[in-house]
Amino acid sequence: MATPLNLKELSKKEIRFTAGHRLCAGCAAPTVVKMILLAACDYPVIAASSTGCLEVSSCISTFTAWKIPWIHNAFENAAATLSGVQTMYKALKKQGKIDKDIKFIAICGDGGTYDIGFQSLSGAMERGHDMLYVCYDNGAYMNTGIQRSGATPTYADTTTCPAGAVIPGKPQQRKDLTRIMAVHGLPYVAQASPSHWPDLMKKVRKAIETPGPKFINIFTPCNRGWRSRTDDAIMLSRLAVETCFWPLYEVENGVTRVTVKPKEKKPIIDFLKAQGRFKHLFEPGREKMIEQIQDIIDKNWERLLKEEEMTLPKEEGNK
Amino acid sequence: MTKIVAVTGNEAVANAFRQIEPDVCAAYPITPQTELMQRFASFVSNGQVKTELILVESEHSAMSACIGAAAAGGRVATATSSQGLALMWETLFIASGFRLPIVMPVVNRALSSPINIHCDHSDAMGARDSGWIQLWSENAQEAYDNTIQAFRIAEDMDIRLPVMVCYDGFIISHSIERIEYFDDEIVKKFVGEYKPLYPLLDIENPKSFGPLILTDLYHEVRKAHSEVYKNVPKVVLKVAKDFEKISGRKYGLFESYMLEDAEIGIVILNSAAGTTKDVIDDYRNKGVKVGLLKPRLFRPFPYAEIGNALKHLKALCVLDRADAFGGSFGPLYLDVAASLCNFDQKPILINRIYGLGGRDYMPEHAAGVIEELRKIAKTGKVKSLKEYIGVRE
Repeated sequence: MATPLNLKELSKKEIRFTAGHRLCAGCAAPTVVKMILLAACDYPVIAASSTGCLEVSSCISTFTAWKIPWIHNAFENAAATLSGVQTMYKALKKQGKIDKDIKFIAICGDGGTYDIGFQSLSGAMERGHDMLYVCYDNGAYMNTGIQRSGATPTYADTTTCPAGAVIPGKPQQRKDLTRIMAVHGLPYVAQASPSHWPDLMKKVRKAIETPGPKFINIFTPCNRGWRSRTDDAIMLSRLAVETCFWPLYEVENGVTRVTVKPKEKKPIIDFLKAQGRFKHLFEPGREKMIEQIQDIIDKNWERLLKEEEMTLPKEEGNK
Repeated sequence: MTKIVAVTGNEAVANAFRQIEPDVCAAYPITPQTELMQRFASFVSNGQVKTELILVESEHSAMSACIGAAAAGGRVATATSSQGLALMWETLFIASGFRLPIVMPVVNRALSSPINIHCDHSDAMGARDSGWIQLWSENAQEAYDNTIQAFRIAEDMDIRLPVMVCYDGFIISHSIERIEYFDDEIVKKFVGEYKPLYPLLDIENPKSFGPLILTDLYHEVRKAHSEVYKNVPKVVLKVAKDFEKISGRKYGLFESYMLEDAEIGIVILNSAAGTTKDVIDDYRNKGVKVGLLKPRLFRPFPYAEIGNALKHLKALCVLDRADAFGGSFGPLYLDVAASLCNFDQKPILINRIYGLGGRDYMPEHAAGVIEELRKIAKTGKVKSLKEYIGVRE
């Protein structure tokens, strides 16, 4: 029987990503990894990571924080690498050399997913490998020193698009990767946040129980890069959901469901003001920029609700 | 039992793959490798092999998937050419660093720019320091034989290293030749059952692949890695000896042709060695003491053995089908020169670049080189150390 996703039962389970890793104090990534592996606790798991914070901090010299088989190949190829592992599993299972039901999960940062690893991810998903790819999205290349990525939000200050007198942080909009993965036609795509852990774990559980290629994008605060407090990760995750900056939803076989709808949609300013990377937006004369960000978020949220309305079966929508 | 057939080089190597049945093959199309993988794909489609194919979206992903599959714990192969190999470059080092016994035929083709689909060796030469063993093949028979031996070499427990099997694009890959095929059972028995080493799929004994290792231990890890290559020639010769038993064909680290009593010599790789040997026969009939050395194991380069085989010559030309731009010499020349540099008595060396982008290497080119070597041996004078031959004026 599947382990119920409640604290009482989950607390009895082994943590397969151990303490002693060297991720920064306050980093949300290890919390996210533990949640993923706990949600998958009923199965043996083989994981892959791209080069990045999680990778360099979890397996150093003769030490490893992974109590499951784990492979790091390079920056842009975690999806292709794991597709190779999964295919060998398929081959050996067919030959009767393996009988266990093993799950394959890639856990990679946004640089390795949105940008340099995008082709590898897209290819692996198109080929239909039975694996789950999770992006822990902290919105920049944090490992190399907070450089902008395709996931960096508009007007965020990073080391390669620093907020200056002429250019106020990242001028472009972030790539909506979750949507891009959904239009790959995958059986399961979702967006999650560690502030809403039952929702996150339900999504991981659903993904690993679904055969075929799956993708989950998880909001993962980085206090070093976001210039926030070390104990703010969960608070910022919650604000991201409540402001609809990071809507929690899933796309299951083409049906979009918003899994958490904020009772009251908070203004984006609440999210921005808690982070040093948006500090420059609060200087006099830059009010319009916050309005612009709010506008982007409102439009995306409206679009998502419309998509849900369009795709959700009538009987479910009426609930 | 053997069967004599008339097939292309690609077809022969595809047949070797069929007989070996790797557990996983990941591949991406590139000319002139395409025919090999197309033929193999039809074996998969028709259920003639147990192999799982991964038809990836780039060569970078092909090698990445091969690394994942090999680390998982099974027999893995791929094949590529030219730009494809160049795109894999980053991951080639990871495959060898992980000590994964992946086998990869490299159907040699020129690198861009300008883009050109025909043969030269710039692709494999660009990967010569990636930690892969390289076996070079003169003809389709050698490509077939080397492919079969490559799995045994790669998977030997003393080395566990990836192997490239190089053969000339179009000249060998697409030309039909007479080949001796083994019966399937002979190949299967020769290659044997795959023995996994630290497989990721062993979930009871979890392993982490690909750690971060900084200044404390990286130097030591790389030193230990370099030591492994010392065992390679021994393994290559051991496998060759076993192969001779089933085939009657003798393979070594390199082939010597009329070299022992020669005064002048040529070092050349792959298909052009065949043409050169014909021309050497003509000169031998005229009483000219000329010989040839054709490297087979190019990486790791058997410096001592090759130096000893060449040191008695008066003049020697190394013919490179790849240039090293920036004023350097051809890559084969550099290694041959290094193999001779510490001998008191050694030949005068010259380097000639031939056949880039599929330019034909004709008997008169070999004859021209031999004539030049005769003059050098007589006068001791060298007009130019490095020169292109076969250039249209």
